[in-house]
Amino acid sequence: MTRSARWIVFWLGAGGVGTLIVLALLRMPSFGGLVHPYRDLAVPAAVGRSSPNIVSSINFDQRALDTLGEETILLGSVVGAATLLRPSKDEQELLDRDEGRVLEATKLLGYLLLPVTLIVGADVVFHGHLTPGGGFQGGVVLATAVHLLYVAGSYRLLRRLRPKSWYQVAEAVAAGAFVVLGLVGLLLTGAFLANVFPHGVLGDLFSAGTVFFLNAAVGAEVTSGVVVLLSAFLAQALSVREVS
Amino acid sequence: MTPLLVVAFLLVAAGATVVVLTREPGRQAVTLSVYGVLLTLLFVLLQAPDVALSQVAVGSAVVPLMVLLAVRKVRGGKR
Repeated sequence: MTRSARWIVFWLGAGGVGTLIVLALLRMPSFGGLVHPYRDLAVPAAVGRSSPNIVSSINFDQRALDTLGEETILLGSVVGAATLLRPSKDEQELLDRDEGRVLEATKLLGYLLLPVTLIVGADVVFHGHLTPGGGFQGGVVLATAVHLLYVAGSYRLLRRLRPKSWYQVAEAVAAGAFVVLGLVGLLLTGAFLANVFPHGVLGDLFSAGTVFFLNAAVGAEVTSGVVVLLSAFLAQALSVREVS
Repeated sequence: MTPLLVVAFLLVAAGATVVVLTREPGRQAVTLSVYGVLLTLLFVLLQAPDVALSQVAVGSAVVPLMVLLAVRKVRGGKR
């Protein structure tokens, strides 16, 4: 294809997409309007199943199948990245004896923040059906907390206290648990990922039925996934060397 | 739209432009992180705390860290 032909194809495509976007924008409801048909259906459905956080109810109950898709995408990308980043045949892991010095202030702050971050992460995961947050957000916080060991301590310390294989297993088990919870719904009610557990009292920690358990499963999967991902990146950047 | 929202939208647009115009990947990780915080601010103002939490954790911390680690690896083990 010649250069000018490529431009013609590009402008045809760009013109079509541009026209469609403008047409779509013209029909959009105005910003911050008062008519929200989806809200009017989602809020009663969520509150009816004891989940004050409507977003979690949509993610893990009303549209839980979409979340399963997203979790699978995350699992797939972590597996893909970890596969690409593993040491090749002519590479070897070598740990430096001397890792430099960490400022005392950084050490103090890191070790003070480590338990705090772990608690905040767990709180965000397990109160996902009550307050903003959930398995995904809390999981990322938990994974970040683990890496404070590297910021405040050393890479050796992080490697010793973070057995990679545990996280690899935990990620697979948690992703499987999501599907198993879905199958339980299928067996009991005939609908995959149906909210089958007792809904409990609105506002209680153990309420909202399946939403609580799916949040916990996603929390475990995201924590393990991010830890596995970052461990592969850290290994490549810090310890994997080419050997000839 | 409140004036605060207008400011937040303009900050996000400005931040995104700075990220695109930063050519050096190591510096881009830093501007990307700042842009993530601006986007978080916008999400909070739009009353979407769930999205804001994801954005601040992933967009401002994990992604820039992965970029920095990748840049370090590509440049070779100068330490």
